Amino acid sequence: MLGIIIGVGAVVLIMSLGAGAQSLIVGQLDSLGSDLVAIIPGASEETGPPAVAYGIVITSLKHEDILALKDKHNSPDVTYALSYYTTDQTAYWRDASYDASIMGVSGDYFEVEKMEMATGRFFSQEEMNSPLRLAVIGSEVAKDLFGGNDPLGKSIKIKNQTVEVIGVFAEKGKNGISNPNQNIVVPLAFTQKILAGVNYISLARVRVNNVKNINIAMSDIRATIRDKHNITDPADDDFNVRSIKDALELVTTITNAIKYFLAAMAALSLLVGGVGIMNIMLVSVKERTREIGLRKALGARGKQIKEQFLLEAIALTLVGGIIGFVIGILLAFLVSLVVNALGYDWKFVISVSAFLIAFGLSTFIGVVFGLYPAAKAAKLDPIDALRYE
Amino acid sequence: MKKALIDIIDMGKTYVLGDLQTTVLSDINFSIEAGEFVSIMGPSGSGKSTLMHILGLLDRPTDGQYFFGGKDVTKMDDEELAGLRNQEIGFVFQAFNLLARTSVIDNVKLPLLYSKNKSKMEARAKKVLESVGLAHRLNYFTNQISGGEKQRVAIARALVNSPSVIFADEPTGNLDSKSGTQIMEILQNLNNTGVTIILVTHETYTAEHAKRIIKVKDGNLISDEKVKKRRIAKEGEILK
Repeated sequence: MLGIIIGVGAVVLIMSLGAGAQSLIVGQLDSLGSDLVAIIPGASEETGPPAVAYGIVITSLKHEDILALKDKHNSPDVTYALSYYTTDQTAYWRDASYDASIMGVSGDYFEVEKMEMATGRFFSQEEMNSPLRLAVIGSEVAKDLFGGNDPLGKSIKIKNQTVEVIGVFAEKGKNGISNPNQNIVVPLAFTQKILAGVNYISLARVRVNNVKNINIAMSDIRATIRDKHNITDPADDDFNVRSIKDALELVTTITNAIKYFLAAMAALSLLVGGVGIMNIMLVSVKERTREIGLRKALGARGKQIKEQFLLEAIALTLVGGIIGFVIGILLAFLVSLVVNALGYDWKFVISVSAFLIAFGLSTFIGVVFGLYPAAKAAKLDPIDALRYE
Repeated sequence: MKKALIDIIDMGKTYVLGDLQTTVLSDINFSIEAGEFVSIMGPSGSGKSTLMHILGLLDRPTDGQYFFGGKDVTKMDDEELAGLRNQEIGFVFQAFNLLARTSVIDNVKLPLLYSKNKSKMEARAKKVLESVGLAHRLNYFTNQISGGEKQRVAIARALVNSPSVIFADEPTGNLDSKSGTQIMEILQNLNNTGVTIILVTHETYTAEHAKRIIKVKDGNLISDEKVKKRRIAKEGEILK
């Protein structure tokens, strides 16, 4: 029965963890908003990694391209837009240092990023277009760089530049891929002109007025940027437009495949459990040979004997299945407690399908692996059986 | 016409194993009427166990005919035989063959589980246990009762479906003389109420409790005679 317990427990655990992981990733993408569209420099397959993942730096995407998207004549469904140029630097304050992503932005920051302020203020649109040495920092940056001190008004050093902290963001839940609490946000012009010496952007994000309009909006965006880049043939695109919605579907498909594959692996261990059950039942039949002979002598038909032992096998597997299910759920719950304590927004999921699979599988294993011993019992000759020592 | 309960006509049993043929019984002829008390006697290897298995519908003859209650049982399949055993035959074994870790009353109910009429199982089992004097042991477990009590439970179990005939195979073999006498008394009382009893034994002392003794040796019937002086268990085993 141990094999059944482990098998069912593993299947339940994996399906629960899989569902939890799925909801974590999907939740992260969802929290960004399925109305979000990203514009990435460089041509690449929409289902594959962006060009920058290959180490290629594209310099053709400009902030002006993104400004054009806010023109209702170009892309009427685009509501908000934000340009980014991000560079990794170390920030210093007194003796402390912090390795951070210095995120230069210009545009509708709050509507796109969905962050909130804890103290201080954010930049105005003019400030974002100027190379001003101002910064708004994430909650972890504030804690790690400044200890218990109030960061507002203090100056930090980034690449020998003295930057004043004018605001601190409220803490936002981590979601697996990026941690917004570790950002240092500065005006776009500051990163471009002073920190990096470039005139292009590394990323842009826009929001669309309705998820239903995503595809139209993405066409409009592509058309607008092609126009600005003087591209006539889509094969010559030097940029890429991706939606969270597409990413969501892709991620769900991939994680589903992984989840079911792992569960199938776990189910294999159920086969081992089934063999164990068969062995137990075979021994049981052997030990009870005289009893079977007696029952037959008293009038039991072969079919009735077979049913009796089959039911016993199923009872065994069902008990194992219940125990396994409970253990699987408990373990999944423990995992969710630990992961949530680490700051991730993990949902503990008991799916109805896991429950049904657990019981369906247990019963099925009981029937399949109990059949052979039950049939053996049914075929015993009562005279020989009664003589068995 | 076959009016007796049991009619055995030119019956024989031969086992064939490859080239080897073993004849265990041959040319057996007798009839048993309802209400008789017959003892089948024979030494080891005489074929009496095989004869009893065939009579008890656990085995089939290879030659001849066997009519039980007027029906030709050699033509019945395993299922039919099982049904007939359940309804018409009660077995009492030397080694009791009760279910372990099971209560007395659940043991007696066992034949009812395999019968068509499953009504009032508790009541029927209780009644038959009372008739063998075990009303006070209903919920005891088989490991909590004595050998004599175990055999009485076995007799109750054999009676629960109101069979036509009780087959007792060395019923006192595993009992002390006092319990053994008690069991024989119960069997004789049952016979007095009309129950047919077929008792298989190799001991003359036990066989003398019956009214008729059929002797087998080397697979053949060697005698079939009435008992002139019976042992009556109730009266302290006095010969009458």
